[in-house]
Amino acid sequence: MSKTHVTCTVNGEETEFLCDSNQTVLDVLREDLGLTGSKEGCGSGDCGACSVLVDGRLVCSCLMFGSEAEGTSITTIEGIADGENLHPVQSQFLKHAALQCGFCTPGLIVATKALLDANPSPTDEEARYWLAGNLCRCTGYDKIMNAVHAAAAELRGESA
Amino acid sequence: MYSPTYAAPTTVDEAVGLLANASGAARVLSGGTDLIIQMRSGRLRPEVIVDIKKIAGTIGIREEADGWHIGAATPGAEIGEHAGLCAAWPGVTEAVQLIGSTQVQGRASFAGNLCNASPAGDSVPGLVAAGALAVIVGKNGKRTVPVEDVPVSPGRTSLAADEFVYEFIIPKASGKTSDAYLRFIPRTEMDIAVVGCGITVTLDASGTCTAAKVCLGAVAPTILVLDDAAKILIGNKLDDATLAKLDAAAQAACKPIDDKRGTIEFRTKVAGVLARRVAAIAFERAAAR
Ligand code: FES
Ligand code: FES
Repeated sequence: MSKTHVTCTVNGEETEFLCDSNQTVLDVLREDLGLTGSKEGCGSGDCGACSVLVDGRLVCSCLMFGSEAEGTSITTIEGIADGENLHPVQSQFLKHAALQCGFCTPGLIVATKALLDANPSPTDEEARYWLAGNLCRCTGYDKIMNAVHAAAAELRGESA
Repeated sequence: MYSPTYAAPTTVDEAVGLLANASGAARVLSGGTDLIIQMRSGRLRPEVIVDIKKIAGTIGIREEADGWHIGAATPGAEIGEHAGLCAAWPGVTEAVQLIGSTQVQGRASFAGNLCNASPAGDSVPGLVAAGALAVIVGKNGKRTVPVEDVPVSPGRTSLAADEFVYEFIIPKASGKTSDAYLRFIPRTEMDIAVVGCGITVTLDASGTCTAAKVCLGAVAPTILVLDDAAKILIGNKLDDATLAKLDAAAQAACKPIDDKRGTIEFRTKVAGVLARRVAAIAFERAAAR
């Protein structure tokens, strides 16, 4: 069994772990670091439930080996809120009831934050293409899109 | 339990040594969006994984005298953010960004897409049509080959066990040269090409084509370079007669599989339609230069 020693930053904190070379970042987050907010929907890059930011870039944590995380800075759903204060994307998802079972929600919130960081005023089409890799079996997406646009407006400083 | 060895060398020599001296199967890791899935499903069980992303030059884009140098493992998202390369080669850069979701774009690379050696890889026909070269390193040093020489059959490449793709060189698009890539999928996103087509053309001042390269994906065991179709375009303008001949040449070259995503008849017909549409976009872009 060959293990890799990895040092990286997770949600702003320096973190060390030993991982098996077959483990993905998602496995490490959930099994070793106790960060179970990121979900495994498919394990093959299709559903986006495992979305995290690695050095600011949106990726599927199921499509990256834990060993590859050496030296990176990872932000998971657990790192999106500012302490007790929800991020506007989180509060707008709540306000617009943009979730039912909630399994897709952590991934959607991380992906939406990345979208709005890159593009503060996305059109509906841009937002839907950006989020095409985040599948939701429950909501039918309309409430999600409402929440995305409301969060964008709030982050732009417009009163919703 | 299956547990491969993971290595992240920082030099080409070290990486080549790891590949050459591996006792069992070794796999090169760039973005990993195919490799990790294949390992998880049990289809691939490499003993050694050589992650090339820590080697200088494997991630990033540089404009040099001989063309655009694109690190093998540069993620699609980074390619899409490079204004200079996107302006120079809109077809090449749009094609790579068609692969997977935003999340997949954060990792997926030209080298992974090429060396996965699926005939349906979206980024390959565009690179081939643009005349891109793959710079391959191995224990005998460095060799540079046209991108189309890398895949040999589904899942297999012409690379030796000790070799890997280090970077790509795309020539500068000189004069009135431009390109386009389109694919057909049954949905609007997150799918694999049923047919893909990349075309690069160079026009003279009158709009007559002076050079062309046409490449089809997903209609044969490997991507196809259509010399006949290129000859049809060269010496002509974008008129109905030329487009009809191009359509026929594209259809004639197809040797597709028959599956639930597209019958032989459908894939063949779509190849002709896509060739027409892609040629129209490439001509329009080239004329605007
Ligand atoms: S679990 Fe990673 S994309 Fe579905
Ligand atoms: S709320 Fe259930 S999958 Fe989206």
